Amino acid sequence: MNLLQSLFPLGWQHYLMGGLIIGCGAALLFVLTGRIGGMSTVFSSTWSYLVQRPFFQQPRFVESRNWRLVYAAGLIIGALLWWLGFAGGKPEATAVPVWQLVVGGFFVGYGARLGNGCTSGHGICGLGSLQVPSLMAVLTFMATAFLTANVAARWLA
Amino acid sequence: MNIARSMATLLAGVLFGFGLSYATMIRPEVVLSFLRFQDFGLMLVMGGAVLVVLVAYKLAPRLMTRPVLDDHFHEHPSVWNRDTALGAALFGVGWGLCGVCPGPAIAGLGTGNWNLLWALGGIALGALVQGLRAK
Repeated sequence: MNLLQSLFPLGWQHYLMGGLIIGCGAALLFVLTGRIGGMSTVFSSTWSYLVQRPFFQQPRFVESRNWRLVYAAGLIIGALLWWLGFAGGKPEATAVPVWQLVVGGFFVGYGARLGNGCTSGHGICGLGSLQVPSLMAVLTFMATAFLTANVAARWLA
Repeated sequence: MNIARSMATLLAGVLFGFGLSYATMIRPEVVLSFLRFQDFGLMLVMGGAVLVVLVAYKLAPRLMTRPVLDDHFHEHPSVWNRDTALGAALFGVGWGLCGVCPGPAIAGLGTGNWNLLWALGGIALGALVQGLRAK
């Protein structure tokens, strides 16, 4: 009991349940449409509507850009349902400073696209299909994220 | 685009977004508390999701000749090379700085967290610059 409380001070059930639901979403996408549903590709494929350079006009972006936007819209609707049904509709907010959101976001976008995947692409879909390169990617980003978050907590707080 | 397939994709996204929110992964503070070893919940989220996806990815192609609404199951092999290593390392630096990754940056908008637009803009800009620099 004490161990559980020190590992999960806010409780553990909602984490496990949320994870299982996330898995059901990606699993449903696969069973119904055969697609692998990582999240970061939408940030490249959506640019293909606007940017004509050959990189963005690759078939893997152009052919998937519509369904990836639909998938992203679903994400917002799912979060909205939770917010209205379980969180009382009080707007969420974060105290993370704007510059950290922007600069951190930039590295998240650049890195996820350079490395072909993020926490959902490599982390959930890649590990879920037992791919060793994805495991290495997860271990790599966990390591640099642990380092950065702890350094930031010490020096920026 | 085929209507049934669009609805299926939307529904899958709804589940994904609901799960992300239910697990409070849309709160950067919760993600950062994991990265600072204060709350290990993210391991349960990722573990739970991987478990379900693993079963689906393994079983579906064995039990079904094709997905319900398409003619074949897709595969997305990942490779380990310099780009993957460098990309993952940079992704981690950004994630550790802001506590927001691509899924929650999108889903969080459904919870009225407009601050996340800053992260969403940063991610979109990062993806653009990556594409412009790519050969």
